Parts: sequence; C-alpha cells; structure tokens
Amino acid sequence: MKKERYEMRFCGSGGQGVITAAVIFAEAAGVYGDYYVCQTQSYGPQSRGGTSMAEVVISPHEIDYPKVVNMDCLLAMNQTALDSFFSDFSPKGLLVVDSTFVGQTPTSSSISLPFTEVARELGKEIVANIVALGAVGQLCGKLPIADLEKAVLARVPEKFRDLNREALFAGVDLVKDVNVEGLNHTPSLDDIYGLSD
Amino acid sequence: MTKPVTDTEQKYLLQGNEAIVEGALAAGCRFYAGYPITPSSEIAELMSVKLPTVGGTFIQMEDEIASMGAIVGASLAGVKSLTATSGPGFSLMQENLGYASMTEVPIVVVNVMRGGPSTGLPTSPAQADVMQARWGTHGDHAIIVLAVSSVADSYEITIQAFNLAEKYRTPVILLSDEIVGHTREAITLPPNKDIPIFNRIKPSVPPEWYLPYEDNSRGVPPMADIGSGYRHHVTGLMHDAKGFPNFSPEVAGGFLKRQYRKLANGADEIQMTKQFMMDDAEIAIITYGAVSRSAIRAVRMAREQGIKAGFLQLVTLWPFPKKAVDAVCRKCRAVLVPEMNMGQMVREVRAVNQTATLKQLNRFDGKFITPQILFRKLMSL
Repeated sequence: MKKERYEMRFCGSGGQGVITAAVIFAEAAGVYGDYYVCQTQSYGPQSRGGTSMAEVVISPHEIDYPKVVNMDCLLAMNQTALDSFFSDFSPKGLLVVDSTFVGQTPTSSSISLPFTEVARELGKEIVANIVALGAVGQLCGKLPIADLEKAVLARVPEKFRDLNREALFAGVDLVKDVNVEGLNHTPSLDDIYGLSD
Repeated sequence: MTKPVTDTEQKYLLQGNEAIVEGALAAGCRFYAGYPITPSSEIAELMSVKLPTVGGTFIQMEDEIASMGAIVGASLAGVKSLTATSGPGFSLMQENLGYASMTEVPIVVVNVMRGGPSTGLPTSPAQADVMQARWGTHGDHAIIVLAVSSVADSYEITIQAFNLAEKYRTPVILLSDEIVGHTREAITLPPNKDIPIFNRIKPSVPPEWYLPYEDNSRGVPPMADIGSGYRHHVTGLMHDAKGFPNFSPEVAGGFLKRQYRKLANGADEIQMTKQFMMDDAEIAIITYGAVSRSAIRAVRMAREQGIKAGFLQLVTLWPFPKKAVDAVCRKCRAVLVPEMNMGQMVREVRAVNQTATLKQLNRFDGKFITPQILFRKLMSL
C-alpha cells in the first residue's frame, strides 16, 4: 500500500510527559502545520504511574484508522516502556531512546540521547519530554521546529515558557551530530510532506 | 443564544468528547446536568468551564437519574439541554428517558460506550449498548439514536442531534465510544452563520387555545415554554391532547401511532448514512462508530488487491436505515457486519434482507477491531 501515513509512538512511565509530548507534536503538525493528525493514548490506570503510551499518525490525507499499524518512529523514555511498546516497529523505523533510563535497545539501529540528564542540567527534570520532542522533531524529518515551538509555548503556563523553549532547542541541538542517513531510516516525514497534493 | 462560543474558522486539536461540547454549544445547548463517568467525563468537565461563559447553566447532579430529570425540566422550560454518560449511568437514565419520550421533550443524551455489563471495562471501548439505546426504557417508544466515528462527526452529528430533537420533539441518543471520545484530531470549526440550527416550533395560538399534545400533519405539536403563560400539563401517564391522564383505547393507541408516525414522516432526513466506494462494490462492510475507521482502511486495502469492496456507515442506528441497508444487501454478493459486541445490529441487517450472504465479525474483549482483521475477513468472503 502506498505510504501515506507517518506513524509515531511515544512511551515512558506515567509522569514523564509522553502524552503531553504527543499532543504537542500533533498540534504542531495538525494545527500549526497543514496536515491531518490523529492522536491517541493508552488510557486507564497506566496514566497514574506505571507505563504510559501515546500515538500520533500524520498524513497529507484524511486519516482512516487512527492508531499505529506500522510504526515509523518510536520514542522510549525508559526501559520498561521500550520493552512493552516495541512491537509494531517497522524494520526501517526510527528508534529514539532516553539513554538516562534505557540500557538495552532491541535494534542496533537506534539513537540514544540523554534527555533526562539534559533536562536536569536545565534545572527541571520534568522538561525531559520537551527535550525529547525537540530531538524527535529534528530527527524525523522536516516538521518545522518553529511549529513545534509554537505548539509547546501554547501548551505551557507563561512562567515556564522560557524553560520549555530552552528544553526544545536543547533537544534540537542534541541531534546535530547524529547521522540519520546512516540509520537507513525511511520514510522520513519528507516523504509524507512531499505527498501533499 | 447565538453568541460565538469558541473562535470559529480556526483550527483546534480536539478530542471527540471535546468536539461534542463544541457541537452542543454551537447548536444552542445552554444547560447541562450530569454525573461524570469514564470515558465521558471530559464532556462534563468542559461543559462546566464553557457553559457559564455563555450564560448557560452547569449542574453536577447526585446521580444519573437526577441528571435526566434535570435536563427534561430544563428543556420543558425552553432551554436546549444535554447530559453525557457511559454504560452504568446510561442504565440509570432509562426510567427518565422513557419519561422524556412520553412527554415528548427534546433532549440529547450522549453515551460514550465502554465494555459492559455493569461497571465492566471502564477504560475500554465497546459498542454493546446499541440495542439498549433503542429498547432500554420500557414500552413502545419513538427514539432517535445516532453514532459518531470521528472528531469531525462528534461535532457535526451533535448539532444534528439537537436539530432532530427539536424538530421532532423527541429524545436523541448520541453514541460515541472510548476510541472516538479520546482520539484527538485537528478540526476547523465552521462560522456560526453556516451552522443550520433548528429551534422547536412554539405555539402560534393564544394561550387559551393551546393544546400541548394536539396532533397535526407533522405529528409534532408546537411546544410552549413552561412559565410562558401557556398551560402545559406534563405526566408520564398516557395523556390526551391537553396533557391530562386519559387511558381510553383511542387516546392510548393514537398517541403511540403518532409517536411512530412523526419519525416515519421524517425518515429521509433522520436516517443518515455515509457511503465509501460503494458505486461498483461487489462486497461490502456495514458498520458504525469507531469501527468505521477500520472499515474504510480495510476497503482501501482490499481495493489494492483488486477486490471491489465498499462500505456503508450507519450514522443513524434507530430508526434503522432500512432502505440504505437493503440497497447494499441487494447489490453485493456478500456483506460483512463487524461490531465491538457479540452481534447486535447484524440482527437488524438480517431482518431487512433475509437472502443476502451475511457475515458477522465480533470483538468484545475491550479491544478495537483493526483494519487487518477486517481485511482478512473481507478477502475470505
């Protein structure tokens, strides 16, 4: 079937902000960008501690099935979540993990970055999700970081805006030296965005 | 009543539940009484924030029985009213739902379906209340039941629900489910002027001539607001044109016939369906709600394999859209009816056309029917 969807899953422990990160990503693509998006999440006791998961599907066309079928991008914020939610991962998918909490990855073709450590250096561990968002946004293709920035700032209270902006761009900076081409990751969001007609 | 609630012509990322709130407010709903319950709670939460900003009233009631009582009362006083719940609460609402039907009060009741019976699976999707929505309250009664499949649907069909309730003086049940209710999608809300709104017809006669339940060609009597000077007696007992209890066979038989006649008169606009790739279809899926999303994908997958598949989405479940369903059954060599229950609406499809090759596919373990499951079944037809 023609590739017309870009499917992402963010997972971590409850409180690591993966659902917020997914909502922000969906807003950047669907509200500030011009694409169809569907954002869903695991729902239930998981949201109060335990493992938490959220998905985003992006397409230039109207989206039929709202959940992940063939995952193009997985962001895992800890080991348990990675182990639980790795299934459905496309062989050519992009796997990004928080090296602070993930020791082992199921594929060598992954990108380990210290999101939580960077967040701690910024002064608030809680913005690790935004650091990760910056990295994933930069890695997965050409989703304009400016759109992500708008979406982040619209979601956080005034007094935390500077911190969150800093976190987002710290994430973008983290991946400056990552060689995405070397990872054989296809399709990138480029393919999706290029499809719009 | 037409003050804009949320800025229109602007994009938002909304959950299905949030879109129901936007739709209700756009339709003119200004009263909400309810008791929060998973997975419908966002509707109550957002209503509690938004209604006061437009001069409306939000009440958190002690339970769902009282919630229904409150919205029936508010609607009788002339205010479009909404409540939302899920399975266990919907069961509690049945008594007063019958009262609303007997007294012909326009209200909209949202049921965001979850797994049952009883408290069941609070955080899992299901479609197992579709028969309850039709027959949950006792006695023959007229009722409209609509089902939504997306955020856009949740907005548009909610407006339709209010319009139909007002036009036909009947309760309307809007069925969503955990998947649609909690999926976020980007949506642009249309300008208020582009939203068709129907308000109940008020009496044109002076108060002394007014008969609140008098028949007319539409079978829908004009409705005076309580407190507006028109006498309006309201009872759950069988009643005559004046609204007073009357148990004569003529009155009782006539009342029920009128209830069914008023919806039959409006069948063309009430019985809403959507079609996808049906023009040259040889096999078809008929379903509703969240499963529609998987159905569309499965049809696309089948088409890629050269199979001429199509899809009929039932937006209106009750009164059952017989004509549209029969047309699909006649046209296709096989029809698949997938549902997130043990097989409920499939019985209606069977009743409409007894000769079609009909297959059902049921999932009732709290999980979604995926496109892959549907596709495999389609390929085996």
